[in-house]
Amino acid sequence: MPVFHVVVCGGLVPDPLQTLEPVQGPAGWGLKNESMLPAILDPWAASALFEADSLARANPGSRVWLVSAAPKAKLQQVLMALAQKAAFELVAVDAQAGGFSDAAECASALAAAVNSIAGLDRSRLLLFGGWESASRGAGATLAILGEMLGISEQFQGVDQASPKPDGSLEILERVEGGRHQVSLLSAPPALLGWATGSLPEPPNNPQVGMLNMRSAMPALQKAAPSRLTGGGLALSSVELPSQRRDTRVVKDMPEDQVAREIVEWIAEK
Amino acid sequence: METILLLVAAEEDGGLGKPALEAATAARELAARLEGAKLLAGIFGAQAGRAGAALAGAGFGEALLVEHESLARARFATDAAACQALVAASGASLVLAPATSRLQRVLAAVSARCRGAVDTHATALGAESGAVHATRWFYRQRMVGRVSRERRPWFLSLEPGVFAPHAASGDLVSRPVPAPLPESRTRVEGLRSPSSGAQTIRPDAPLLFVAGAGWCKKQADGLAHVSEAERLILGFLGKSGASLGGSKSVVDQKGEGGALSFLTHLNQVGQTGSTPRHAKGLATCCHGEEPHTVGWRFVSGRRAVNLDANCGWAQGKADVLYVADAFKVMARVNELLAG
Repeated sequence: MPVFHVVVCGGLVPDPLQTLEPVQGPAGWGLKNESMLPAILDPWAASALFEADSLARANPGSRVWLVSAAPKAKLQQVLMALAQKAAFELVAVDAQAGGFSDAAECASALAAAVNSIAGLDRSRLLLFGGWESASRGAGATLAILGEMLGISEQFQGVDQASPKPDGSLEILERVEGGRHQVSLLSAPPALLGWATGSLPEPPNNPQVGMLNMRSAMPALQKAAPSRLTGGGLALSSVELPSQRRDTRVVKDMPEDQVAREIVEWIAEK
Repeated sequence: METILLLVAAEEDGGLGKPALEAATAARELAARLEGAKLLAGIFGAQAGRAGAALAGAGFGEALLVEHESLARARFATDAAACQALVAASGASLVLAPATSRLQRVLAAVSARCRGAVDTHATALGAESGAVHATRWFYRQRMVGRVSRERRPWFLSLEPGVFAPHAASGDLVSRPVPAPLPESRTRVEGLRSPSSGAQTIRPDAPLLFVAGAGWCKKQADGLAHVSEAERLILGFLGKSGASLGGSKSVVDQKGEGGALSFLTHLNQVGQTGSTPRHAKGLATCCHGEEPHTVGWRFVSGRRAVNLDANCGWAQGKADVLYVADAFKVMARVNELLAG
């Protein structure tokens, strides 16, 4: 049975149901009331974490670390819910990383955190994360981190990673046209940027939560501060799209007529 | 003075995909705005030499080629080495690439190898007083910003569907570039379609049909009619050639049973799904505001069918909202399309 050391990198993003508004402050662009907005672990990073947890449980002896660059207080709030979903050891970086941060600068802070993990066996390393974030959505941070860590096998848009008894992994990556590219990775180390994955969100497990928080609180307390300055990224403007359509609401029209309108509309060039 | 390199991957048949040809147009237009800019193409693949012809007439000085049979399929280690060699040989200060899965997989890593900077999913390029800027979206298409960088080389991937594809004319001189391709622990086995067998995602389709959770909910008779919903939706897709999208809520129902069997997370649009680009979109049984708006950001003509006239998603976001029973409407639409 193969043993994996899975490091999951994931940042925090505002809850998707929140209304967001960009504001420019002395430190550059950010979100209005950013510190007050409820946050979640980035959805694709969460997929990566749940897949890592499943992989570790199926392969005894495997370990999972969650590396997150976020403000400590906000990370602690998110952990209260997240810690009940999957077992992990937390490595926290105290940083204000958001949608307007520079990918390479974030990757550099994460690389320092990964390099500081005691007991991490690089020959068993699977570096997980979201293939993109719900903040910057660039798909760059994890790839650059992989380069910094010297990982030569990278996969992005992963929906499935199935380990074989010999330690190899069959990996499904999203490609165009709703298909997957199937690859066989002979052995770690490798980087997997996860899309949605194939697992549902796990139910809450209070016992796992208590275990996680026991190690997470000290990790939060000793989180190394990292000041992200923008990494040379200049944003001359950020704005909300102002487009609002004049919606024609059609009530009480017979279904036949609605269907005819739709068919005519589809046929229009 | 900028040296612009367009980085593209040759298809297996030696052609170039539509996103690559669109990126060629973007590169040509940007070069025209920059005085003295040099424009080069970098092509990698098993048939890179043949692919160069598709870029003729776009103003490229020459096409640099990395051609090797191990580049027939997308694989990080070999693709990244090929791209790195092309960037180094070109001396590029700006590297443009289509945001396809193949280029997106390697672009950021190659930027790190070249000690450059990277920004992705650009939807517009511009230049003022010789300074290049790009437009891209943040927070899952909720806000748009204009970015620029002084660091070079600056790598930019360009969203498909934004620029008109280049139509080749004339010839383009090409030059092979040596690229040491590394051994890889990854063997690409091939492509796999969704297990449902139904090919429902068609990026080039003019119409996007989005199914919402309402299709699987109890109807007026107090029963769910999932199999009827499946028949109606697949029938519509077959007759219209539309691409199928789904809201998160309807896709998530698959894990809970009783959901549309052919929907997968690959179909998902919105906050945690894709943001497709189709000329028209028809949403049925979709509710909820912000996540749906995000998924529809780049769909031009929008219509919706649902039973809630005050639906937050449709009001102000769709052009037309039909307050009607989608089961009845789509059944009739299918009849009309069948002629």
